[in-house]
Amino acid sequence: MGQLAAFIALSIITLAAAIVVVTSGNIVRSALSLIPTFLGVTGLYILLQAEFVAGIQVLIYAGAITVLILFVIMLTEGGTGLRVRQTTGQFPLGMLAAAVLAVALIAVFVGTPWPKTSGELPQYTAAPIGNLFLTSMVLIFEATSLVLLVSLIGAIIIARRER
Amino acid sequence: MNWFVEILKAIGLAALLFTFLAVVAAMFGVLLERKIGGWIQSRLGPKHVGPQGLFQTLADTVKLLQKEHITPYAADPAIFNTAPLIVATAGLMDWVVIPFGTIGTLVLVVRDLNIGVLFFSAMASMTVVGILAGGWASNNKYSMLGALRSASQMISYELPLATALIAVAMEAGTLSTVGIVRAQAGWLGSFVVRQFPAFVIFMIAATAEVNRVPFDLPEAESELVAGYFSEYTGMRFALFQLGEYAEMFAMAAMATTLFLGGWKGPVLPPLIWFLIKMYLVVFFLMWMRWTYPRFRLDQLLNLSWKLLLPAGLLWILITGYRLTN
Repeated sequence: MGQLAAFIALSIITLAAAIVVVTSGNIVRSALSLIPTFLGVTGLYILLQAEFVAGIQVLIYAGAITVLILFVIMLTEGGTGLRVRQTTGQFPLGMLAAAVLAVALIAVFVGTPWPKTSGELPQYTAAPIGNLFLTSMVLIFEATSLVLLVSLIGAIIIARRER
Repeated sequence: MNWFVEILKAIGLAALLFTFLAVVAAMFGVLLERKIGGWIQSRLGPKHVGPQGLFQTLADTVKLLQKEHITPYAADPAIFNTAPLIVATAGLMDWVVIPFGTIGTLVLVVRDLNIGVLFFSAMASMTVVGILAGGWASNNKYSMLGALRSASQMISYELPLATALIAVAMEAGTLSTVGIVRAQAGWLGSFVVRQFPAFVIFMIAATAEVNRVPFDLPEAESELVAGYFSEYTGMRFALFQLGEYAEMFAMAAMATTLFLGGWKGPVLPPLIWFLIKMYLVVFFLMWMRWTYPRFRLDQLLNLSWKLLLPAGLLWILITGYRLTN
């Protein structure tokens, strides 16, 4: 009961903010509306008892990525960011694409036989995540850090060239 | 109906904690700041309202409550009015994971989250959103510059802060704040000794995170007319101040929890020990404020990226080596 109520409330917050993100004519408002969206998703993670992922979601998405987006908007558009055109006028086509995607996703969700194992949830998720990263998932972990390193070096090179 | 009780408990604790913090952190903090500032600069500080100027902040608060809310004509009203709330809420949310002490076996903490340290750093990073939103919505070039400076500063110092937190969490073997306090035993066992480089990094980064001198570029009065909140009046201005002081006290409380052994200490009750240690850190932050001049922006960013971050990463490596051998 409580979980359902929380899920509905969080979904409404997430979706309402997401609608503002795509419809608002003001790009800064769109960027700021991303924050309630991310926080709503964080709440869903907490409902799924994935606190570590929830914490990272707030830190990285709501805290860092949104600030980065705002920063880019404010630095490029002379501090206002109001003159950016946000819609392309291809409203029907966009609706069609969204509808097709929604149908496909719902079909997949309904058609997938979700495994319902009766396992025990770990009491403390951070340590198992760390262990997995350094044992069976080590390739993915290392590949991700390599990608991040490459993008870091790329950013430095681009920044230096401008001088 | 268990969840219903939980929600009521959460609301009650939030009201209690936030009221306590609004009174203690913001009002007493401002008075302390002015008194210590006066003492360091060889002047008296507030003296006239109440005995020894004790009610000065109370008078200031009443004054702020009476002032008119002015929303500038060219401002974005929705964002302009929400921004102070974000800053204040984010500053106060930090306190959820701070353990204040113990009564018997009960630990006085709103919620002992098993991601405590991560939660703290996530909430601290939300402040910058409010500052950026406020600065942009004011539609004023000084506010805008202040907000942009604040954003670059906070992004830069979040990383060294996180490296210090990671080193402590590694040594303690847990992210829970209560667990970290329990992992420290005695004077030599506290993390200020075992994790001294992390302590130094944490204190520098924390000072920068809360925009205090010598890192107060976002609100430099002499060049930016107070930066991101120059357009705010009355209680909204006070909310920015409340958020800032709540965050500063939270950083001091976190330093106490992570490095100074939290509520532990001989003879006196745990809560008193916690407050003594926290106010020592607060005093240290104020002492720095009234002693050092302001950094330049490039010096500030260089310090973070070229010195603190490599030092923090190196210290994580050393800690990892020490723990595994």
